[in-house]
Amino acid sequence: MNTIIENFRHRHAAHCESGVASSMLSHHGAAISEAMAFGLSSAMAFAYLPFVKFAGFPLIAYRMPPKYILKGMIKPFKMRFHFETFRDPATGMQRLDERLAQGRIVGIQTSAFWLPYFPEEMRFHFNAHNLIVYGKEGDDYLISDPVAEDPQRCASDALQRARFATGLMAPKGLLYYPESIGQTVVTAEAIRRAIKKTVRIMLGPVPIVGVRGMRMLANRVAKLDTADKLSLNYAGHIVRMQEEIGTGGGGFRFLYAAFLQEAAEITGIAELSVLSERMNEIGDGWREFALKAARMIKGREPFEPKQLAELLHGQAEREKEFFIALKRTVA
Amino acid sequence: MDVNDVPQEGNRTMGGHRRAMYARDTDGRIVIVPSRGGEVDETVTLQALDRIHEQTEEARARVLAGESSPLEYWMYAQRLDLPQLSQVTGYWQWRIRRHFRPEKFAKLPEKILQNYAWVMGITIDQLKKLP
Repeated sequence: MNTIIENFRHRHAAHCESGVASSMLSHHGAAISEAMAFGLSSAMAFAYLPFVKFAGFPLIAYRMPPKYILKGMIKPFKMRFHFETFRDPATGMQRLDERLAQGRIVGIQTSAFWLPYFPEEMRFHFNAHNLIVYGKEGDDYLISDPVAEDPQRCASDALQRARFATGLMAPKGLLYYPESIGQTVVTAEAIRRAIKKTVRIMLGPVPIVGVRGMRMLANRVAKLDTADKLSLNYAGHIVRMQEEIGTGGGGFRFLYAAFLQEAAEITGIAELSVLSERMNEIGDGWREFALKAARMIKGREPFEPKQLAELLHGQAEREKEFFIALKRTVA
Repeated sequence: MDVNDVPQEGNRTMGGHRRAMYARDTDGRIVIVPSRGGEVDETVTLQALDRIHEQTEEARARVLAGESSPLEYWMYAQRLDLPQLSQVTGYWQWRIRRHFRPEKFAKLPEKILQNYAWVMGITIDQLKKLP
């Protein structure tokens, strides 16, 4: 089977799901940036989940859970979004081929471990990776993976393996595409609503979510035992969740800063540009934390959990003040 | 972060790929900048890989000493741990721990071996011994 969706354009993105949302909507006539997809779906967050273990350490998320961004597109764009999972891999692959033959680009969820074009060192068992299939040539699918700079290819058996990997957040062959889009421009009202939601998440009452989650993590870090060699791995794990599995240097903060810049233009609220600058600085604060932790891991500085905890508390304070100011701006 | 601060020293775990980062250009606009990565992200990825490598080698030593089965070795070698192996196979952790006992492992039916081999992407023959 040879088919290629001609007018599709691959875009490089910081994060897979916001990247897929942006490429997919833009392809269907609602041109939005990755930052807009991220902000409009209120995807920015913080969560410290001590009871969910990832590689033996607690899950630390800097954004909302998988599929949150895609589902967040439905309302602002008055979309009908088709989502489908499969019990039988063969049916799942067949459906993908059918949709491609109809000239659709198709979003799919995969495991990162089974994608052959991923660099060896980056292949971890993570099941919520998203990408777009935009064609097929012989046995190879043509892949637009937002985190890759250029389009990729993937043989059908490898793609099937990646789509039907088992385990936590198993993709079950999930594929998705818009059935209809009722609105192609972003309204000021949708932006306000999205910002308000993010404020609620970040300043909310749940102790492990938002600013309170940061404080809880800081308190946990302060108690790390320097005699236990796994404590350094704990510190490294926090940075890894932030740098690698996230988008680099508290990357979601920079992404949100980009969103606020666009939001200022659309809503005409000039104050949002000022807040964008502040969010950029908060991102720098996360980078400082990562740098400090990395220096301790490398042994260039003594390992002092209290110092790391201090930085985390500082970030919590800055984000708290930031979101209080943001709340006032869109009230 | 400004455009000039985007790490470009290189990160050998990225296999030559560049990742998109957002930074402020000279006009104050936040734009996408492809990054070759830097020491900070390289440090933490290598640390995680080192840890897996360490666990793999410890498991190998236990298998050679007859204290564990090759299943434990392969689990770590394929970047899984006990909770993850339990999630991907659907077997309880205590059950997998029993399969780490060499005498239990030797008697495992083909079907269970096949499931382990499949989730790890190796053959049953590979699973039965150390590489």
